[in-house]
Amino acid sequence: MKVTIDGIELDVPSGTTILEAARQIDTKSAPPAMCYYSTLKDSGGKCRTCLVKITQSSAQNTRPSMRLVPACRTLVEDGMVVQNNLSEEVLEARKGIVELLLINHPLDCPICDQAGECDLQNLAFEHGASGTDYKEERRRFPVQDIGPDIKLHMNRCILCFRCVYVADQLTPHRCHGVLNRGDASEIGTYIAKAVDSDFSGNMIDVCPVGALTDKTFRFKSRVWFARPMNAHRECTACCGKTVVWLKGDEVLRVTARKDDVGEVKDFICNGCRFQHKKLEDWVIEGPMHVDRHSVISQNHYEQLQGPQDA
Amino acid sequence: MQILLENSSVAGIDQFDVYRQHGGYASVEKMLTMAPNDIVEAVKKSGLRGRGGAGFSTGMKWSFLDQKSGKPKYLVCNADEGEPGTFKDRYFMERLPHRLIEGLIVSSYALGVNTAYIYVRGELSWIITQLEDAIAEAKSHGFLGSKILGSEFSLEIYVHPGAGAYICGEESALLESLEGKRGYPRIKPPFPAIAGLYGCPTVVNNVETLAAVPWIVMHGGEAYAAIGIGKSTGTKLISACGNIRKPGVYEIALGLPVEEFIYSDSYCGGLLEGRTLKALIAGGSSVPILPAHLATTTAAGEPRLMTYESLFEGGFESGTMLGSGGFIVLDDKACIVRNTWNFARFYHHESCGQCSPCREGTGWLEKVLERIEHGHGRTEDIDLLVEIAKKIEGKTICAFGDAAAWPIASAIRHFRDEFIEHVSLAKDHV
Repeated sequence: MKVTIDGIELDVPSGTTILEAARQIDTKSAPPAMCYYSTLKDSGGKCRTCLVKITQSSAQNTRPSMRLVPACRTLVEDGMVVQNNLSEEVLEARKGIVELLLINHPLDCPICDQAGECDLQNLAFEHGASGTDYKEERRRFPVQDIGPDIKLHMNRCILCFRCVYVADQLTPHRCHGVLNRGDASEIGTYIAKAVDSDFSGNMIDVCPVGALTDKTFRFKSRVWFARPMNAHRECTACCGKTVVWLKGDEVLRVTARKDDVGEVKDFICNGCRFQHKKLEDWVIEGPMHVDRHSVISQNHYEQLQGPQDA
Repeated sequence: MQILLENSSVAGIDQFDVYRQHGGYASVEKMLTMAPNDIVEAVKKSGLRGRGGAGFSTGMKWSFLDQKSGKPKYLVCNADEGEPGTFKDRYFMERLPHRLIEGLIVSSYALGVNTAYIYVRGELSWIITQLEDAIAEAKSHGFLGSKILGSEFSLEIYVHPGAGAYICGEESALLESLEGKRGYPRIKPPFPAIAGLYGCPTVVNNVETLAAVPWIVMHGGEAYAAIGIGKSTGTKLISACGNIRKPGVYEIALGLPVEEFIYSDSYCGGLLEGRTLKALIAGGSSVPILPAHLATTTAAGEPRLMTYESLFEGGFESGTMLGSGGFIVLDDKACIVRNTWNFARFYHHESCGQCSPCREGTGWLEKVLERIEHGHGRTEDIDLLVEIAKKIEGKTICAFGDAAAWPIASAIRHFRDEFIEHVSLAKDHV
């Protein structure tokens, strides 16, 4: 199927979404996605940051779409023409949505563990306006422990539902979900039940903000002071391929590996994530790839090429 | 013109025997002599449009139903009426429960459906009982259940009470709720006609829409299309409320002038002594509000009629929508700001919270309006409201976001002076 996104034409198989097609062109200019996660079924459509404009629905139907559509949940049609960054309307809508996502967000980045690797920070930086007219009080929730390993800061949550899908699709029994309605919605567990399953830690990795944090890592270090190294170990529960975040010889935390759009393809078990915090537990492969523009890239050197390797 | 409410004042009409004596269930007998597709064609010819608010062609919706999937098909009656100002379905169901059952039987036959659901607003507890009694009566007389009146057609109808969420009146949220899940609207496509209840092809119709079908079967599509004007055919139940002398539910032939509906003694009976018309919300809280001069005439000076087209004349600049028929009249003593704040409070409370523009935006709208109404508004708040409404409108998963944004945008469009007055009289205005 032929699809044109911002004037660039490409061929994709049928069943591809506009977002996936746009990511094939360039992951940087593709629409931002705060809730869609390619490895989680049914995710997407909720945050509305990936809204794009369809100027031609298909080769047969040359009419534009009535309203902006979510790129993550809209399938490509043959001959479809899509405007993403070229449409003023899309950029304006996106700016509005970023503002709405931020009006109740605490902006406590200076003390938030996610700062530096936060999708919402990046979104606000790349697509947001510099100010807001919001002058009302922000909504507040108490900080909660959900289970032995995970801390929930509901104030920071943007209700992307990714953690709910992780629990639904990776763990045998989901015991947390969204409670209440509207802007009173919160992530919660069923009658103070602990989130306790072998793959629950992946919620932390899929969380786009600092709402779900690793209790073994909280307040230990800013991420950009840690050295992320690809590492692996023999594991019977998961693939065992991880990133260990080092400070000296100390393993500060262990996370799953993310691809170039920040998504985990191989989820890891809680054993690897929370229980193996010694350097000798791991076979270090080398520095994790960090984008040059990321704040984590400070003092980060990977694959230094000597003249003899060239 | 009475098609739906024809026998509504007959004593005991909610009982099977009385209803039957007055010609009830005749369309079930007649339908068995017809091919299902003939009924679909009759409904198409009738020009009947969805009475829940969107006004989509019912015949068209029916013909979209996937008949080839091999999966079971479902018909769902949306009786989750919850729009502020709308109470026509409640009025209808508590008087004529059998007419709704009859409509469901005939429509199910036309669509080839063997299981139908009525999703009723949970607060209408007495209606749930009435409907269940009516279903049991119809069943014991052979009009429901297996092999209806000895034919090969079988149908079961189940009543399902909602649990109090307005959003469950949105058809895909209704289906989620019916499946036992959180009432979150689905992301479309796929539409219910392809993948609806339990992933099977489904038609969702409003109470009033289904109730009109028996008449169409008995009298033909052309007879129905002869009532009304242009593409607004047939009759419509209007629930009139607000500052009028005779609030209540009225059945009108579409095409009645708005002015006549407000001032005629057959309908609203005019406003209270010494009051004048200030504003009109013609189709429930979700539609744009109109000032008096645009309520009874269009911007072009034509008389405004109670039709889908005439009310929309002038777009949202100077028009509104027929919506669900919740007709709210405001007189010169009513405060537009307070009314707008009240609606914003409702939409904030009822937003499901699934998508971000609506979840965050409705709360913001309410907070700003509350401030203005309580004397803490600022001049820039008025434009801010318009801006927030723009950030929500058209960006959400379902139509709820638009419904929350339109009343506020239109109130400011037509009554900006009143907002300015509130702000300039603010207690902490400097």
